[in-house]
Amino acid sequence: MFGYVVTRILSAVPVMAVVATIVFLLLHLTPGDPATIIAGEQATAAEIERIRTSLGLDRPLLQQFVGWLLRILSGDLGTSIYSGKPVTELILQRLEPTVSLALLTLSIAIVIAVPTGVIAAWKEGTWVDWTLMFLAIVFFSMPIFITGYILIYNFSVQWRMLPVQGYRSLSDGIGPFLSHMILPAISLGLVYASLLARMSRSAMLEVLHQDYIRTARAKGLGTSKVLFLHALKNAAVPIITTIGIGLILLISGVVVVESVFAIPGIGRLTVDAILRRDYPIIQGVILFFSFVYVIINLLIDLTYRLVDPRIKY
Amino acid sequence: MSSTRIMISSDPVPAQASAAASRGRKIARWMLRNPRIAFGAALFGIILLLTLLAPLLSPYDPLQMNPMNRLKPPSSEHLLGTDALGRDVFTRTLYGGRASLMVGFSVAIAATFIGLCIGLVSGYFRAVDNVLMLVMSGLMSIPGILLAIAMTTLSKASVTTVILAIVVPEVPRTARLVRSIVLTIREQPYVDAAIVTGSSVPRILFRHILPNTAAPLTVQATFICASAIIVEAYLSFLGAGTPPEVPSWGNLIAEARNFIRLAFWILLYPGLLLGLTVLSVNLLGDGLRDLLDPRLARQMKARS
Repeated sequence: MFGYVVTRILSAVPVMAVVATIVFLLLHLTPGDPATIIAGEQATAAEIERIRTSLGLDRPLLQQFVGWLLRILSGDLGTSIYSGKPVTELILQRLEPTVSLALLTLSIAIVIAVPTGVIAAWKEGTWVDWTLMFLAIVFFSMPIFITGYILIYNFSVQWRMLPVQGYRSLSDGIGPFLSHMILPAISLGLVYASLLARMSRSAMLEVLHQDYIRTARAKGLGTSKVLFLHALKNAAVPIITTIGIGLILLISGVVVVESVFAIPGIGRLTVDAILRRDYPIIQGVILFFSFVYVIINLLIDLTYRLVDPRIKY
Repeated sequence: MSSTRIMISSDPVPAQASAAASRGRKIARWMLRNPRIAFGAALFGIILLLTLLAPLLSPYDPLQMNPMNRLKPPSSEHLLGTDALGRDVFTRTLYGGRASLMVGFSVAIAATFIGLCIGLVSGYFRAVDNVLMLVMSGLMSIPGILLAIAMTTLSKASVTTVILAIVVPEVPRTARLVRSIVLTIREQPYVDAAIVTGSSVPRILFRHILPNTAAPLTVQATFICASAIIVEAYLSFLGAGTPPEVPSWGNLIAEARNFIRLAFWILLYPGLLLGLTVLSVNLLGDGLRDLLDPRLARQMKARS
């Protein structure tokens, strides 16, 4: 088992190395001179040269690459062209709103999606199943900003129940925090919940057709016990895997939602960086989110292998 | 997989006078059995027609500004009102669909083709499989929108750049799908037979393996198209997409965001049409997947 854990952890290293290489190569494979494009149209030759030097583009490729890997390993994600601050510092400053948003979204999505999936599977082929799954595909297809702006327009502009935009930290109290966070978390959560609900449904269907479910029913267990005790427990692994893999959607969505609701998180940092063509920030954010994604999925994988005795090493 | 399609398309049609009516009934019955495909295709067809016929449906120019007519609510003159520069929202919404749908189609075709090539090579040639799949895992670990943002920030804004930037993150899933099909198919006796009888590798790949990827790839391409339409809108919304002067749905929504208090319709209608388009394509994909899924197809056969 220890051997398995070590192997699995080591298997994440090449993936992260590939991510770093891809992100490094982006700057070099893109047609045209990146320094000129980043500098913008009104830039002077000196400015272009300064950007070229700060991106390290004036050095030999291999030297750049080795230097880049070493810096990432030491936690240095580069320096912002606009503010001159270290990107790692900028990301850490913006971490709290993004993490709060992600966690709240995740909780909302799971609370909506898992029961939806269970009920749809239980009522397979009926109008209940059909309606739930139709709603799932509708919300999966609805772009996050549309849901977001419709919610803002109704709850904040028309009914004045909630603040329009912005962010309050949890340390300002749970009320202000939730009133600012609930709409963004719902807009993002609905997309994610749709994905999860569909996955939960198919994972449940697979389990519900097993013999031991028939046995459980035959011995007279109530429906809710069969569903939530026997079936859901066994459908948990594919559901949790989907939660992990779906995080990639959540991360992409965070960037859009933070922009819609003016939340000063990492997504907002990215959007400001787009406007200023501050490439090192974009690069740093990509690396940060990709590494977080790989590590979370590694942890999920390890956890359920530790918890589920059926999985052999 | 192919047997389902034959079963559906080659229903014998009696040569009598009632042939047309009978065929009509058959199509109707088929549509009832596949409501998602029928509904998705119909909805998508309507939207496609609306965007293509935009010049006939609207007397206005999508770029024509009219400062006298700023932020007018929907009326008989301007069906969906006007935007902050007095441009007709209905016209811009229709024209906006052209850019968005074009990006969707192009990305679906390009990503499917590239994914197919990588998947075929990776599945058939063990030597490169590990490396290619590692690169694919790496790409799949990068949030697609961020990867696309990086690519468009590094290039001059153009529709081509946006298409390319959306294609790259979509390739790995297709490549993996094709690879897994190739891995199953190459174990089949008829592939062994082809190898034994001396078929060349390209012949085996294109003649014996490629046809098996057609159905799953069609489904995958549909989902890629839906996702590409959304991603294009997100990129344009974030300022990293199609050049702002192109009236794509993402750009319309990005411009409208500052006027949600005064003129919500500028944002709502392009947004709803965008959502409906993605929904229609997703429904089509879902329906096709169930239709082309070999396991379900067998069940259907057993029932009929």
